Formats: sequence, C-alpha cells, structure tokens
Amino acid sequence: MRPFEFERASDNQSAIATFNDLRSADIDAVNAQIQYLAGGTTLIDLMKLDVMKPTKVIDINALQQANGNIEFKNNGLRLGAMARMSQVADHADIQQNYPVIAQALRLAASAQIRNMAAIGGNVLQRTRCTYFRDTSYANCNKRAPGSGCAALEGVNRSHAVLGVSDQCIATYPGDFAQALMALDAQVELDGPRGKRTIPFASLHKKPDQTPNIETSLTPGELITAFNVAAAPYAKRSLFLKVRDRESYEFALASAAVALDLDNSNVRQARIALGGVATVPWRAKEAEAALAGNKIDDVTAKRAADAAFADAKPREHNAFKIELGKRTLTRALLQAAAMEVPT
Amino acid sequence: MTDGTPGFSRRNFLATSAASTMSVALLDRGARAAPTPAQANPREPLKLTLKINGRDRELSLDPRTTLLDALREHAGLTGSKKGCDHGQCGACTVMMDGRRILSCLTFAASAQDHDITTIEGLAQTDGTLHPMQQAFIDHDAFQCGYCTPGQIMSAVACVKEGHANSDPDIREYMSGNLCRCAAYPNIVDAIKQAAPQMKEG
Repeated sequence: MRPFEFERASDNQSAIATFNDLRSADIDAVNAQIQYLAGGTTLIDLMKLDVMKPTKVIDINALQQANGNIEFKNNGLRLGAMARMSQVADHADIQQNYPVIAQALRLAASAQIRNMAAIGGNVLQRTRCTYFRDTSYANCNKRAPGSGCAALEGVNRSHAVLGVSDQCIATYPGDFAQALMALDAQVELDGPRGKRTIPFASLHKKPDQTPNIETSLTPGELITAFNVAAAPYAKRSLFLKVRDRESYEFALASAAVALDLDNSNVRQARIALGGVATVPWRAKEAEAALAGNKIDDVTAKRAADAAFADAKPREHNAFKIELGKRTLTRALLQAAAMEVPT
Repeated sequence: MTDGTPGFSRRNFLATSAASTMSVALLDRGARAAPTPAQANPREPLKLTLKINGRDRELSLDPRTTLLDALREHAGLTGSKKGCDHGQCGACTVMMDGRRILSCLTFAASAQDHDITTIEGLAQTDGTLHPMQQAFIDHDAFQCGYCTPGQIMSAVACVKEGHANSDPDIREYMSGNLCRCAAYPNIVDAIKQAAPQMKEG
C-alpha cells in the first residue's frame, strides 16, 4: 500500500475543511487525492490492491454521533449516513414499514462487514469488475481513462447488460442503493461549497464515454443522510437477490420492488434492478407497463420484458437477461401477495 | 494461550530459523545495494494506544498498518489469522466494542478509543475456556484450525446478536467465515451447544 497521511476528523466542518487546499475540484469524488474513511470495507481493500491511491485519508468515524441517527418523522424516514448497515437492517420499524431497505441490507455482505460499513459509504462502493480490481490488466477506462476495457472481450459473465457503453460494462455491485432508488430517496450532502440535497437517482452516473466519473459528488462532498418519504408503496416492498451462492455473495440479478395496490390493481409500481446494470437501475418502462393494470403472471412478465427490452449482452452474460426477467417477475408477484400491516 | 509473552513457541522458532538462513543473502545484498533513500515526504509513525483484551498497548505504527497486522506483528497476538487480507474469508474477525468486525479492513489508527477483543481475550484468566471454545473442541468443529479463531469470535457474536436460533439462521449469520476444510456442520453443532450456555453464564 502507498503511504498516506492519516487524520481523524471530529466533526463535519473539520472533515470538509481538509479539502480546502485541494486544487482539482472538478473531478469526481471517488478519484480525489483525499478520501473519507468510514467503515473502510471498500477503500482499504482497494488501497491494498493499488486501485485507489489517496495521499490523505480522513477518518470520519467520530461523526457517528452527529450523522448516525435513524429518525422516523411524519413524512418519512431519515437515515443518517454514518449508521452501519447492520443497525438499519436490524431496525424493527424499518423491517415493518420499509421492508425493501432492511432486506437489501440484510442480504448484503457478511455480518462483520455489515457491522463496519456505513450506509453512506455503502452506496459508493466500487464495482467488483475483475479488470478494474486487478491492476495487472492495463485496460480499464475506470482506472486509467482512455486505456480501453478488458471486459468487453474478456470474461464478462458478471458484467452488466443495462446502462452499458462501448467504454465500460462494469456492474454496480450494491443492493441498498436499489432500495433507495425504488423508494425515490433524497441524499443530503455537505461539502466545501455548502449543503445541498439531490435525488438519489442522480447520485450515480452511467459510464457513457467517461466511466471514470462514477458519481455526481465533488471532492469533499460528504453524504450526511438519506431521506425516504412515507409513500403508500413503502410497506408493500421487498428485495429479491439471486446469486451464485446462498449468502455472502454479490447479486447476479436483484430486484427492489414497491407496490401501491387497489385490490389487485396497480396504482403505482416502483422498480429498481441490481446485478444487471452499471448503476442502480430504475426500471421506469416496467413501472409504466404495470400502472393501472391488474397484477398477475401475465402483466408481471410483460413488465419484466419491458425492463430488459434495451439490454445489451456480451459473450458470457446473456443469461442475465432471462435471469433478470424471472427475478423481477417473482419479486412483483411476491410483493403483490404480501400481507401488509395497515 | 499467553498474551504475547516471549518464550518458546512454534512462531518464534520458525521466525528465528528463517532469519538465520536469510542472513547470508541479506548481507550479500546489503553490500551491493545503495541504502534506501529517505522518503521525500517522510511520514512519522503514529504513536497510538490500543485497548486490547482490557489492556492498553502503546504502539508506534505506520499509518498503513491494519488492526490485524498491529495485533499479530506488533502486539504479539497471533491468534487472529490472516487469510485473504481482503475481507472475504473472516479469519481475522475480532470484536470492537463488542461487535464483530474484520481487522484486516480496519486501520489500527481507527481502532484507537475502542475496546478490542481477540481470541486471546476470550478464556477466563484461570484458563477456563469460553463455552464457545469448549463447544468447538467437543464437536470437532475444525480440521486444520486456521479459520477457527475467526469462527469462534464470529460465533460468539452470532449468539449475542440473537442470530443463533435455528440452523438456517446460524448458517446465514456465519456466512462471513469460510472454512476450506468444510467443518460447517460441526461448527453449527458447536454454536447450538454454546448458545444456551452463554445465556446462562
């Protein structure tokens, strides 16, 4: 691992102030020379691999007090970004009122990692693309812009079929982000240029021609909280994850779904897909296919077909289209069959 | 298990033997190679105190040192094991403030002001094993034993978290600890034996 300066921040302002001297403020936060350290489960791993090379690391774990609260308000849920994955997953009220959030977190990683990883860092975890993680491959447009993409013609079984470009097909690896996507969460940020709130849907950027730019965060911007509205579909929501092994594995295909039903007619459907896309993927075509219709085997299947209509498979990952459709179909029918407390 | 007390151990024996065979090669290389130049931007080691198994340990560490390396290489507590060193195997599992974490993905500097418990801190001071340690012996819950310290730390946490109520529950909440000897069925049995004993104790 390369040498770095280590600092422990005592509050948001002192953490953010360390970025004041940073020149290149126009780059994506994940590429900045200074990095925040919370749980460390992505950053330290990638520093050991020489994929991330910060010269300064700001430990923000002392901000747990300020930014780690889970609050229920009349209009919804506020999740402090320093809350650990396990705290949110084990929260009884979240399990009952926002099941898709608790389930997405419980099915992710291992018990140890869920105790460590803060949910703010969780949504920023980097892709598991082998060619990104293994620096012996020269061609990675994420690591080295313009160097090409070894995955396009490489072993791409785990790669994305949605949101891909001719520069990058790396899969977004997380689960929790899909739950936030489906529930239309907002992200509270604090940074060198002040506070702002953005829709979660605008946090991640599709690779297009610049796969190295992964988020809309500027260097020094700190995720302080996620806000989730108490929408009618939140209680009838779930997360379904399909993977190569039963536990402690990334998704091959996942679906976060939330339904607002009038008997079996869909007032509103919210759908996000994981394991199959380059970013947390909102499936608006599938939502539109369901809205106003009765939900059954036929309409659920039709929605799944719509979700993957624009999928672009490579040599080894075409199976993800059928797997993704079946995952979504099953998730929708399970959500429709849920007994929802009133 | 001694708490880093020097004396004869397999580890010291191996380290000494390796050093004696390497010394000739090192001397030879040292005579030819120029001394390593000082870093342009030298970084002072961090002086920090880690509270490990109830004892304060003062250590001087490079900021890059993980908690796992601090425990093994600096505090002399080699019970916690380095398997993958990337958070994929669980062999390095320790408790921080009573919660199980991976010491290989934690910087030692971040562990200041927290209570660290390792496998060495589990037994009572008179040597009586923790019920989980005894249960692993009773059920033959290991073969080579390399993953065992991590398995036991994780198993203790699994019970304390309330996630040891059924076989599927135990398997799910122990999935972060791999065992390449595949002693899994016996590990599940050991946890089922220790769980009620831990509640009594």
